Amino acid sequence: MNLAARDIRYRLGRFLLTALGVSLLLATVMAMGGIYRGLVEDGLSIVRASRADLWVVQKDTNGPFAETSRVPEDLYRVIRVVPGVREASPIAFQSLQLRVGPAPFRVQLIGHRPFALGAPPAVIAGRPIARPHYEMVLDRKAGVPIGTEIPVGRLRFTVVGLTEGIVSNAGDPAAFVSLADAQEIQFLKANEAIRNDRARLAAEIRAEPALASVPPEVLAPVLQDTHQANAILVRLDPWADPREVTRRIGRWNHYRALTTAEQEAILAQSVIDRARQQLLLFRIILVTVSTVIIALIIYTMTLEKTRDIATLKVIGAPDRTIGALILQEALVLGLLGFGLGWILISLTYGYFPRRVAILPFDQYVLLGIVVGICVVASGLGIRRALRVDPTTALGGG
Amino acid sequence: MPVIEARRLVKVFGRGDAEVVALADASLEVDAGELVALMGPSGSGKTTLLRAISLIDPPTRGAVTIAGTRVYADERVLVDDRRLRREKMGIVFQAYNLIPFLTAAENVALVLTLNGMPAREAFRRARALLTELDLGHRADTHPATLSGGEQQRLAVARAVVNDPAVILADEPTASLDTERGKAVMDLLRRLGRERHAAVIVVTHDERMIEGFDRVYHMTDGRVARERQRASAAPSPSAAPALTP
Repeated sequence: MNLAARDIRYRLGRFLLTALGVSLLLATVMAMGGIYRGLVEDGLSIVRASRADLWVVQKDTNGPFAETSRVPEDLYRVIRVVPGVREASPIAFQSLQLRVGPAPFRVQLIGHRPFALGAPPAVIAGRPIARPHYEMVLDRKAGVPIGTEIPVGRLRFTVVGLTEGIVSNAGDPAAFVSLADAQEIQFLKANEAIRNDRARLAAEIRAEPALASVPPEVLAPVLQDTHQANAILVRLDPWADPREVTRRIGRWNHYRALTTAEQEAILAQSVIDRARQQLLLFRIILVTVSTVIIALIIYTMTLEKTRDIATLKVIGAPDRTIGALILQEALVLGLLGFGLGWILISLTYGYFPRRVAILPFDQYVLLGIVVGICVVASGLGIRRALRVDPTTALGGG
Repeated sequence: MPVIEARRLVKVFGRGDAEVVALADASLEVDAGELVALMGPSGSGKTTLLRAISLIDPPTRGAVTIAGTRVYADERVLVDDRRLRREKMGIVFQAYNLIPFLTAAENVALVLTLNGMPAREAFRRARALLTELDLGHRADTHPATLSGGEQQRLAVARAVVNDPAVILADEPTASLDTERGKAVMDLLRRLGRERHAAVIVVTHDERMIEGFDRVYHMTDGRVARERQRASAAPSPSAAPALTP
């Protein structure tokens, strides 16, 4: 006769409420684990979406995600002729605040040459950028429908397509535009600033006798040069050795080539590491608190049955029967709480403002921890139960 | 040969100035099919003696033999106490002590399944016994919804379902009114005789011992045997009196 099943049946409402409480606790642990994983996934999603093998960035910098990196846009033409390079294309990044309707939202603007390396790997709705200007492919997370017009500075973009799951390390959705538009947004100064720069240039030319004969109008375009990028994305031939190509580019004076793995490592270690550690620590605290709470619940459930356990002893129930009662109830509570928690988080994780990545591996590890908690906690309960004096069941006289 | 044989039991609680002698050379014997009442005022040692016989709380000194098996050597328990209880004893408590999360049938069948009987057969026997005790219609009810009398009848059913050699009842009527108390005592008497068990009932109510074979009185931890009762039904065997 399974005593645990009958005890649960008898106290079903209370048991389910307790399991619900445990499930909420475990759902919080799962959410925290998912946020932790999501932070890493988000942080690396743009790097991974680029499908590049190498990132050529400004020398002595760690690339556009960690530091300011500027390289000439046409550098890609030089890189393209390096043996082993199949494709190279400039890319520009900028964090930007957009406004659609009353609510502003931040995006990670990515400027790329249409249909070249750096374009979104997949467009889930609409189409990729096909025209050289004023088209935008936005991540679905921004919640902006196709066809929406979005003003950015002096430009006005139309959303022509949507991506899925491409966000910055801050969780901002990616907004893909043409490189030319991105350069204009990032590098083109305001009209007043341009006029100011021209006046300053004219003054400097007048002060320098050697340049006195050069009209300021000739040099002015230099001040307005926007043909820059933050990095050059490189894809290699299948036979190419990334270390060899990296070494070759590294020999040039002003550039540094990073493999995608190095770029990911820099992102993980320098950009999101502190947030990751913070979340990891909080996750550990949460698991510890959950352990204590679940253990207390199971121990209290055992204490409530002290008299019944004493009676079981008096009618001759062996220790294994009493132990099984406590262990089985603890496991059912833990597993039910885990299952409900999993259902709860599966139904709600999409509504979190940042990505919550619920990975099966993490869930199985948590399941193992929950089973471990239940076994250890029921061990304490069993220890207590086996110490129950059977005379507790009898009166005095 | 007596089914229950307790010889010169001594039980001492505490030490030094706090020492309390609960049993002082208490001895008794009960034969198979014999009904014995154990009476005495509160604190006289009735429950302590019952605990010693039921292997729940060993005596400080003395010997107990149950169905031919010596179970104590002074404080040392010589047998698997719980196995002995579930195989050879049925115990009825003052406060019923039914398992609240089991139905009436499950409470009774539990004893049988603990002894290795298949659940189907255990439930068949449990339901048959409950029907015999006029509790068949409450078989699937939890104890909390039963009346006091029904709960005590259920506790008796649980104690006798395994045909134990020994039935021990600790103040089984204390929580019941006279009418219900007598009904429970009648039940214990009838089942004890039918099943040929040695029955010891602890009680302080003289009205409840009608029809018992013998009555032991306890005072200050000592047992004194009353004469065999004239109104008692014939006992299968007459045990020699053992008085300190």
